[in-house]
Amino acid sequence: MASVKDVFKSLTLGELVSGLTVTARALFAPKTTVLYPEEKTPRSPRFRGMHALRRHPDGTERCVGCKLCEAACPAAAITIEIAPNERGERKTTRYEIDMNKCIFCGFCVEACPVDAIVETRFHEYCVESRAGLVWTKDRLLDNGARREEEIARDLARDMKYR
Amino acid sequence: MRVIDDVLAFVLGGLGSRVFGAMWPNVFIALVTLVKIACIVAPLMLSMAYLTLLERKIIGWMQARLGPNRVGPFGLAQPFADGLKLLFKEIVIPSGADKWVFLAAPVFAIAPALAAWAVVPFDDGLVLADVNAGLLTLMAITSIGVYGVVLAGWSSNSRYAFLGGMRSAAQLISYEVAMGLALIVVVMVSNSLNLGDIVRSQGKGLFANAGFSVLSWNWLPLFPVFIVYLVSIVAETNRAPFDMAEGESEIIGFHLEYSGLAFALFYMAEYASMILCSTLAALLFLGGWLSPFGFLPDGFHWLLVKVFVILTGFLWIRATFPRYRYDQVMRLGWKVFIPITLLWTLVVGAWMMSPWSVWK
Ligand code: SF4
Ligand code: SF4
Repeated sequence: MASVKDVFKSLTLGELVSGLTVTARALFAPKTTVLYPEEKTPRSPRFRGMHALRRHPDGTERCVGCKLCEAACPAAAITIEIAPNERGERKTTRYEIDMNKCIFCGFCVEACPVDAIVETRFHEYCVESRAGLVWTKDRLLDNGARREEEIARDLARDMKYR
Repeated sequence: MRVIDDVLAFVLGGLGSRVFGAMWPNVFIALVTLVKIACIVAPLMLSMAYLTLLERKIIGWMQARLGPNRVGPFGLAQPFADGLKLLFKEIVIPSGADKWVFLAAPVFAIAPALAAWAVVPFDDGLVLADVNAGLLTLMAITSIGVYGVVLAGWSSNSRYAFLGGMRSAAQLISYEVAMGLALIVVVMVSNSLNLGDIVRSQGKGLFANAGFSVLSWNWLPLFPVFIVYLVSIVAETNRAPFDMAEGESEIIGFHLEYSGLAFALFYMAEYASMILCSTLAALLFLGGWLSPFGFLPDGFHWLLVKVFVILTGFLWIRATFPRYRYDQVMRLGWKVFIPITLLWTLVVGAWMMSPWSVWK
């Protein structure tokens, strides 16, 4: 008896119709797709994007060449060479981050005693060769100069949790 | 269509009879027919292109996505981008494949889907070839399409493609039976094989006289057959959930070895037969160009609206249901649809003979 009932139930196509109503509702439901290059999702102040080296307001580099970031880096992505500058201060002559190796863990940022190396919200830096992914000191400083305002704001917002 | 005759006769009349002499009337008929064919095929190609876009849009919306929207405004140039991409791809012919059959198979697939439009009326009298047995011609032409599938599978020299071809052939032939039986019922009630007459016969009856033509159309008295026909055309055109022929995610279909334009032809054939079958459903069951209510004028636009609705139904079904298992497809065809249509043929036959017949 039950099977006869099943046959008639399937002939009414009831289940198919209820499936169709689900998709019909979805057709008119609002879409949440973010149209990426034009629209962007909000990013956290802790977002770990492209690194940047910062400068003091007077223009001197913050980095004191302590190599703590190099030591902290689990991926051994940071290469630092140091020499005293004309004023006898310990400064880096070479500061490179190999982004082929970097895993964006943020340990370098945490290790830095003077908030010199930071990670910015900027993440659209695709390049066409691996060599292009080795960021030199110039590029890092440049990135920092360009985004200093945002970096300072993000650091200030995050400060109370540190 | 008469307009084309008159315009061409006016423009070419003098010149033609001077160049071709006594042959001119024959040449003229050929010329007129070619122009008419172009008038049907060109918009058809365009609607095929945009059907693919509509499909991707609708399925996207149903899956809470946006669908293609990058090429041109609202993605309107997407079909052309796709076409161009396929045009520039190489047609790889597998070694050991039967080259000529391999290349002819896609043509076999698309030619019937285009040729069948010859007998399809778009409006009262607006038809390329108003043959008496239009429906029969149409069935005969479209059933050639299965050769495209079989030959493609066979000539590819690949086991997967071969099995896929066999599978699709079995499916197409099975559903053609159910479809044919559904059509028989329609022919019975409208007493004609001419598609124009079938539509006209739906315009009269109790409800039509009262101004509700929509209730006089075949879909209401023949409702089970209408549903069977709708599902059969989904299976006939190899669309989800009956797309065993393609089965891209697990069982791979007959066009496995095809690439470039040859592959595009199979796709165009699929969409062309979708449009054809939808038009047919609109003509046979939904009163073709007739308007649903007495106070609105009949016309071509009604046919367009009906075809659009059925096509959207196709896409809606594709977005909703998972693919059938192969034996379930066959069971549905042979054990469910054929008995239902046979039963309804009997019921309708008895109904027509009874004093309550609505088709007098
Ligand atoms: S984010 Fe992590 S892996 Fe990348 S440079 Fe800093 S410490 Fe190394
Ligand atoms: S970036 Fe910070 S941690 Fe690294 S060397 Fe400079 S001061 Fe030391």
